[in-house]
This record gives sequence, C-alpha cells and structure tokens, in this order.
Amino acid sequence: MLAAMLLLSPGAWAQERFITLASTTSTEQSGLFGHLLPLFKAETGIDVRVVAVGTGQALKLGERGDADALLVHDRAGEDKFVAEGFGIDRRDVMYNDFVVVGPAADPAGIKGRGVAEAFGRIAAAKAPFASRGDDSGTHRSELRIWKTAGVDVKAAGAGWYRELGSGMGPTLNTAAGMNAHALADRGTWASFKNRQALTILVEGDKTLFNPYGSILVNPARHAGVKAADAAAWHRWLTGPKGQAAIAGFKIGGEQLFFPDAR
Amino acid sequence: MTAEMDSILPLELDGVGFAVGGRTLLSGVSLRLEAGSRTIVLGPNGAGKSLLLRLCHGLLEPTEGRLRWDGGVGQPLPGAVVRRRQAMVFQRPVLLRRSALDNIRYVLGLMGMPRHRRREVALEALDRFGLAGLAGRPARVLSGGEQQRLALARAWVVEPDILFLDEPTSALDPASTLAVELAIQDFHVAGTKIVMTTHDLGQARRLADEVVFLSHGRLVEASPAARFFKGPASGQARAFLDGELVC
Amino acid sequence: MHDLAAALSTALALVTAFDPLMLDIVRLSVLVSGAAVLIAAVIGLPLGAVLALTAFPGRGVLVVLLNAFMGLPPVVVGLAVYLLLSRAGPLGEMGLLFTPTAMVMAQTVLVLPIVAALSRQVVADLWEEYGEQLRSLGASRPNVVMTLLWDGRFSLLTAVLAGFGRASAEVGAVMIVGGNISGVTRTMTTAIALETSKGDLPLALGLGLILIGLVTAVNAAVFLVGQAARRRMG
Repeated sequence: MLAAMLLLSPGAWAQERFITLASTTSTEQSGLFGHLLPLFKAETGIDVRVVAVGTGQALKLGERGDADALLVHDRAGEDKFVAEGFGIDRRDVMYNDFVVVGPAADPAGIKGRGVAEAFGRIAAAKAPFASRGDDSGTHRSELRIWKTAGVDVKAAGAGWYRELGSGMGPTLNTAAGMNAHALADRGTWASFKNRQALTILVEGDKTLFNPYGSILVNPARHAGVKAADAAAWHRWLTGPKGQAAIAGFKIGGEQLFFPDAR
Repeated sequence: MTAEMDSILPLELDGVGFAVGGRTLLSGVSLRLEAGSRTIVLGPNGAGKSLLLRLCHGLLEPTEGRLRWDGGVGQPLPGAVVRRRQAMVFQRPVLLRRSALDNIRYVLGLMGMPRHRRREVALEALDRFGLAGLAGRPARVLSGGEQQRLALARAWVVEPDILFLDEPTSALDPASTLAVELAIQDFHVAGTKIVMTTHDLGQARRLADEVVFLSHGRLVEASPAARFFKGPASGQARAFLDGELVC
Repeated sequence: MHDLAAALSTALALVTAFDPLMLDIVRLSVLVSGAAVLIAAVIGLPLGAVLALTAFPGRGVLVVLLNAFMGLPPVVVGLAVYLLLSRAGPLGEMGLLFTPTAMVMAQTVLVLPIVAALSRQVVADLWEEYGEQLRSLGASRPNVVMTLLWDGRFSLLTAVLAGFGRASAEVGAVMIVGGNISGVTRTMTTAIALETSKGDLPLALGLGLILIGLVTAVNAAVFLVGQAARRRMG
C-alpha cells in the first residue's frame, strides 16, 4: 500500500522542480497556459502546475498556502489579499476584455450599444440572462455593470435572470442551451466550441476592461511555499519575455490578452 | 493428564434441555454415552434428534441441565481439549471451494500439523475412502456420495474419539449409502465412538449397538439395539417401529 | 444523433491515434482508481468480514453508517481530504495536495464503505451456510475470516468491482484534491469536465466513451475469469 502511494507520488519518478499556480478557469480554458508554460520551462527548467478554479477559490488556495503564486482577475480581491498579508508584490500582467454574448437574433435589441444601456434593455425585455453566480472575477464585474445600469436583479430578475453558480464554460453551455445572454471573458469565448445560436452582441466598451494580476503567496505565512521558483515565474511573466509571449498568443489570428506590466 | 488419556468419553448428559424463543425443543435428557459402541438416535421428525447431536457436539449450549465430558479421569475436561477430539458429519456436507485434497489439508492445518506432512496424510485419507483419483477435483463439483465420503475423510484425519453423524445418507442413492456405512464401520473398528441419527430403520438395525429413542423433545428410552428392535419398552417406540406413524 | 456520431468518431480517433497525452490520462485514471480500490480491499474485506462475524455493542450503528457511506458525496470527501492535506491543514507538511497520492486517498475513502458493506453482506450469507461446519472443525476466528473471504472470492470480486466503478467514475473528489493539473493529476473524469467547460462536447463525450469502454473491459475480464473459475470450482 505504501509502495503504491510512493509509486503514485510524482516526486518519486523524478525529482522535478515545480511550482503550483492558482489561476482562473477562464485563463486555463483560453489555452494561454499551453502557450506560456513550455516557454518558461525551457528557459528555467521549472514546471508550473496550474490549478484552475474561480478567482474567489484561487485567492482561498493562496490564503491556505496551497499555491505558490496566483494569476487572477479581481483587483479589489487582489488588493485585499495583499493587504491582509497573504500575498506580496502584486503586479499587473495583462488584460483582456469581457464581451456580452446573446442570441444572434438579438431579441432585446442591444447590438452595438454601450454595455450599461444593453443591460438595461435586457432587463426591460426580460430577455434571459445567464449569470455565473459564483463570486468569480467575471461575476463581480457583471454585478458592477447591473449596478451602473440601475437594475436590481435580485428584485427584478424573476423569470429571466438565472444564477448558475458555475464556471465560465458551463455557464456558456447553459446560455447556449437556453438561448440566453451572458457576460464572458473574450479568451474563454474565443476557444469555446459549443456556441449554437450565440454570438457577440456588445464589445469594446471601456467598462468591459478585464485586468489580470500576478501575486506571490507570502512565504512568511506558510513554510512549504516555494518562494524562489515562484518569484522566478513572477518576474518572467511580468518581464519582457513573458510579456512578449502573452502578446504572441493568438486564436484564429486574434490576440486575446494584452500585456500591460510596467 | 490429557495427553495420555485414551478418550474424552464417556459423555454424561444431566437433565439437558434446549429452548428458543420460549419454545422448548428438548428437555430433561439424561444419558450416558460410553466409548466404543455405536449409538443410533431414532425418533420421528421433530423429536429433537439433530438438536441432541448439536448439543453433544457443542455447536449449541443447553439452556437447561449440563453436559460433562469425563475422560475417565473423574473430573470434567476443558472445552478446548474436548473440541479437538470430536468430529461431525452433516446431512449436507459443507465443503470449501477448493480441491478435495485441499479440503483435507485445510483441516490438518487447523489441527496444527506441520505443512510438509499434510499432503501425505490427506492423500492417505482420500485413498481410504476411495477418493484418491479425485484429489485434484474441486470439492463442490463432486457427486453427493463423493462429497459425503470426502466429509468422512475430513473427519477421519481428525482421529476423533467420537463422531457425530446427522442423517448422513438421507440424500444418497443405495450405492453411496453402502459406501458411507462401510466408512462408518471403519471408524468403529478404529475405536471411534459413533453417534448417528437416521430415518432408515434398516440402516439402524445394521449399525446400532444401542438405540436412543426420542419423541417430542424427550428421551423415551435408551436400550441395547437387540432389545430395542425385539421389543421396545415404550409404546411410542413400538408404534414407531411398527408403522413409523408416531407423532 | 449528430452529436453522438461526432463523439463516437472522436473517441475512435483518440484511441487509434494513441495520443501520448491521452494515454497518460488513461494510465493515471487506472493507477489512481486501481490503487484506491486495492487499499480499500485490503482494509475493507477483513473489516466487512469482522463486522459480519462478531457481535459487539454498536455494531448495528456501524453497519448502518457503513451502508449510508456507500453514497458519500465525492465533493464532500474531496473537501475533507483537501482540508487535511492543505499546507494550512494537519498533514500539510507532507506536501501531498495536488498529487496523485492525494487522489488515491480521497478515492479510498469513497470506495472503502462500498467494499466493506458489500463484503459484510457476502460473508454474513456465507456464514449462514458454513457456520456450523467451521465451528465443528474448530476453526479459530481469524481462520474463519480468511476461509470465508477466500470461499466468497467470486462474490467479493463483484464488491471490489463496484468500488472500482465508483472510483473511476467520480470527478468531485479528484478535482478538488488533484486540481486537474495537466500532465500531473488530470484523469479521465476531470478531463471530461474540462472539455465540457470548454464547450467541446464531442471531445468530452469521446473521452466519456473511452472511460465507459475501459470500465466495461475491466468488468468483462473479471466476469469471464470469474465465470471460468466458478464453473471449475462449483
């Protein structure tokens, strides 16, 4: 039994150098890591193991010391994480943007409008809307837009506003299934294959800006954190090579993430 | 004291009874079973014959009265000693899902025989009961008669002082029945006390040295076989012998 | 119908291509679930037998709990094992979180009640048949346990298979304690969940078909071996 366990622990096969990165499903599902990590590994020999969860859960993993570094997108949550001493050295990495997807027939008539106005029209038409409902970075952004639009979804959402409590992909699957609107990050949408009748209806509004930050988990809080290797990743990602690699990641010729480290 | 003892017998039953769930199935049985002789337990269905065997063998504890293995040493023998020197063959033998040979080896293992000797002893026992050719066959696919002989071979290696048999031939054809009776004879010649129940009066006449007759959970009479079959003391036994219609 | 056909052809393409990534995922799934079932059997079979054969105060409660735990929610088990192995948890220093070992631990917890509860039933039934004979032969308690487990081996194999089915099909526990890390802790089920999230339904379903095929193959192999052995042993 012990032998079986040893056999299965990856460390027993090779003394591999790796760090654990907690990141978001949207980043993982866009395919960005498949592009970045081999480049980083080739340069440093460090393997980055990505645990992809919602931003809220990623921050929680960092709090408990179960990850060595984070790559997430919720500025308010990130700042709180650092302020409370769980993380250090938050840096801007890149941004992408959100898009509002919905039925190509555009029943609420929102195509090409500003996002706040579009949300107002969706509410007025009581057109179906699929919300992540999982306290993720995307969900938090969506709630801010409803607020700007002056719509109280809790009070007025009955019958058309659905909180799914799921990740980005599952939410899009559900939205496609019930022909509903949804707020999605461009990366996930670009690589999403089960679109059915959905298409992008609103994009380019500056409120849809979606910045990502890289944070190191504070090694002073947890003994096991691999501070040196995590810092190497952190510096690489926000340095010229990492930034160039981010800019070079394209799906169907389209750039999905825009580096913005200073 | 136990090592040089010839036999754990005699077995003395003193007012032995058994009740379960408020129903008395056997009561007030006082009886002395001596070494050497073949005792056949007779009686109609439900008389408590099988129950008596199980109580004697120690599979059940009496709810009244007591049993005493004497060993001729004047004081009761401890249970662990008694247990190892008796064996029982059931109406339907329970054989393990392994070969005939391994069924015997299993018992030898339980007895603590050194591993290297078991095979030889087991083969010898199989041979004695005409099963040498079936040693490697799975016990569960043997015929009913072969299974019962295997059960007897399994009992044989125990070298018991006393062998209980609970209707060992009731499910067998005449040829197999004969083989079992011959096997019982072997045990008898080797000095093993036989205590057996049967419904077959012919078989009882052939084998019995003494008869214990039960009816309705009570001991009606215990007499030498010759006397019992010539003229039983009790009316119930007489009726049983005449027409087997006692209830 | 069209989706199913697409899934089927995707599955076929995946299998015939012997994609190394794919093979890694399949191998990890089998290794993790296999190890969990092995450990659960080593503990669960004797445990079930002892529960069937010994009377002690509280046994009834234990049996009810065991039966109820056959339906433990994988997510809850995953969460419990996560809290145990987290660096902030009691076993955090072992560094097992997000490793296959952690996945084996979680699945062992899931499978153990199934193996133990079903073994208890099998052994209890066998004891009905064997009890008098074994007591007559003077078998000791440990001996009885071993004998009944061996003689019940064909039925017990079914219990173990049920455990394997449960382990290889669950996603909730391995997702949480394994983290679905590509190339390290990605199994068939977490890969299926991921591909579903990406909306690549044919690929997800294709992987699902391979998983079903795998579990069916394992069951068929055991069934055939069991049949042959049962015919031989009676």
